[in-house]
Amino acid sequence: MTVQYSDDLRAKAKEIVARYPADRSRSALLPLLHLVQAEEGHVSPAGVEFCAEVLGITKAQVGAVATFYTMYKRRPTADWLVSVCTNTMCNVLGGQEVYDRLTEHLGVGHEETTADGSITLEHAECLAACDYGPVMTVNYEFFDKVDADGAVGLVEKLRGGERPMPSRGARLCTLKEMAVQLAGFADDRPEGVADGVAGEPTLRGVRLAQEHGISVPGFDPETPIKAQEAK
Amino acid sequence: MSTAPRREVLEKLTPVLTKRWLSPEAWRLDVYEQLDGYAALRKALAAHPDDLIQLIKDSGLRGRGGAGFPTGLKWGFIPQNDGKPHYLVVNADEGEPGTCKDLPLMTHDPHSLIEGVIIASYAIRANRAYIYIRGEAVNAARRLRNAVDEAYKAGYLGTNILGSGLDLDVVVHSGAGAYICGEETALLDSLEGFRGQPRLRPPFPATHGLYASPTVVNNVGTIASVPYIVLGGAAWWKTMGTEKSAGPMIYSLSGRINNPGQYECGLGVTLRELIELAGGMQPGHNLKFWTPGGSSTPLLTAEHMDVPLDFESVAAAGSILGTTATQLFSDQDCPVYATYKWLEFYHHESCGKCTPCREGNFWMVRVYRRILSGEGTFEDLDTLLDTCDNILGRSFCGLGDGATSPVTSSLQYFKQDYLDYIEGRTPPKLSAKQLVGAH
Ligand SMILES: Cc1cc2nc3c(=O)[nH]c(=O)nc-3n(C[C@H](O)[C@H](O)[C@H](O)COP(=O)(O)O)c2cc1C
Ligand code: SF4
Ligand code: FES
Repeated sequence: MTVQYSDDLRAKAKEIVARYPADRSRSALLPLLHLVQAEEGHVSPAGVEFCAEVLGITKAQVGAVATFYTMYKRRPTADWLVSVCTNTMCNVLGGQEVYDRLTEHLGVGHEETTADGSITLEHAECLAACDYGPVMTVNYEFFDKVDADGAVGLVEKLRGGERPMPSRGARLCTLKEMAVQLAGFADDRPEGVADGVAGEPTLRGVRLAQEHGISVPGFDPETPIKAQEAK
Repeated sequence: MSTAPRREVLEKLTPVLTKRWLSPEAWRLDVYEQLDGYAALRKALAAHPDDLIQLIKDSGLRGRGGAGFPTGLKWGFIPQNDGKPHYLVVNADEGEPGTCKDLPLMTHDPHSLIEGVIIASYAIRANRAYIYIRGEAVNAARRLRNAVDEAYKAGYLGTNILGSGLDLDVVVHSGAGAYICGEETALLDSLEGFRGQPRLRPPFPATHGLYASPTVVNNVGTIASVPYIVLGGAAWWKTMGTEKSAGPMIYSLSGRINNPGQYECGLGVTLRELIELAGGMQPGHNLKFWTPGGSSTPLLTAEHMDVPLDFESVAAAGSILGTTATQLFSDQDCPVYATYKWLEFYHHESCGKCTPCREGNFWMVRVYRRILSGEGTFEDLDTLLDTCDNILGRSFCGLGDGATSPVTSSLQYFKQDYLDYIEGRTPPKLSAKQLVGAH
């Protein structure tokens, strides 16, 4: 049985495959899995079959890869994936309370979706933002220095149809829309790339240097590159 | 109350890679070009590729991804005139707990990485480069993809770049959530469309990397350093840092200080100085333990505040400089619990390929749960050390070794904290319910 997928999806799949050397099309598998996840919100058996067909490999080969990576979801997800960092630093700074409170408030556990289908919750490992900890993300966009009350307020806004602005990064799009970007396609919202300024922790060191007039002396961009003697 | 750093400590700051972050639109090509952007590329393309490799060797640049391998040497390992395609792969998987320097760089100054990619590709004679970026890093990836598009349109990528005859294609490839894919050979397998599991070495990526071809894998910070070395020269680069650990490094401070954040200093700055730059410890918090370079590097204590944070000195102090992810914990934080959370991480992220790491981390997590729920025994401490003995040096890749770092170092420095749980002086941190739920 062949899976029915739109021409648009097939065209996108072709574009993905074309990024890699002709005889190395399997390199396209991770982006293709993001692409099928963009269709259905998870990697379904049909999605696995589609990837297998595009790359000419078996479904078992695709399945083995899909199950290895945390970001490929095996069950349907909501529009909003809420991830709370519970790795050590965020954890001790309050991330565990945030996660526990959300679990209680939403009535779901790790990788589960609320009864109203609005939110999928998960705890996450270090998200490379410890200087903003404790952090959580909605569809991978950061909300910094959160506490339990703030997190509950945030998910309630999401459930009420609002799209709160992340602390850094672009305004929210749905998880499926994000999966298209993960497949390597440009954010089609012009404001997507422009959104988001550097937060204070990011700039702290360089700002201190600027305020105190500190720079590295002796920088001369004309410094010649030494040529080796001909062998 | 945040305290102001003294002048002599402020002078430890070396804003080089972080400097453009102050310009809010430096991610745009036109702004980047106004700020020295692509000047290094023009200069590099006028030089011989071998001279660039020599320049990087002379600069003493060492990898910023954790191991500190000399970059020029790595580039020099790529066989030339072998008729095979060569590849440059940038490791942008940033996942080592505590590490948060590569994402801001790619978000706020993406062209500096791309410029470095082009120069490095020219030096090692690669016509294809991949930037393997951690999947969750969507904002950085968005800026990076935008920058790649801009670079193509401006003729910095594609065919016959700036009339030099160099052809180069760059693909930004998003991962999908697996810490192990930061290990360079697992990264290559992942990039080839497989599960991210490490490869047996030798052969090394320099000869058998991506698609079994000669490949350089370098960290974001390593490659982003290249344009500055090309412009300022090796001697200037070496005015920063120490003799064997040259150049600036972005120290990522998190935890119990007043001003967490990114502080770029010459290699060899001390934690005491970094804390001063970060406005001091938070009120009511006294430094108890810290990681010099992420959770895979053995914990250090308040005794080690004056260790110069360069590759050699940190090793001499019994740890590893790693990614300079400096996570600071205080007397309000429990080293046993901290280690437990890290082990949950290693257990979750173990790729399962080798037994010591797969089984060892599984068992150690259970032992920690027992101790933290007040049901630990003295033998548990021996079990932990025995398990670490079986993992360290016996696992297939650095993930297994790294997992033992917090365990052995916390037992070395904070055995009393373990005993306090076992002997009932510290109330259980995990409830019996969590213990059951954990099985
Ligand atoms: C488990 C594990 C995870 C790693 N994660 C990363 C990472 O996220 N980023 C990185 O650059 N290097 C990481 N490394 C180190 C790489 O294997 C490799 O040494 C590095 O990319 C080489 O680049 P460099 O020489 O420029 O540092 C990791 C290593 C191990 C063992
Ligand atoms: S040490 Fe762990 S992560 Fe590394 S190969 Fe073995 S099981 Fe996989
Ligand atoms: S521990 Fe949460 S972002 Fe690093």
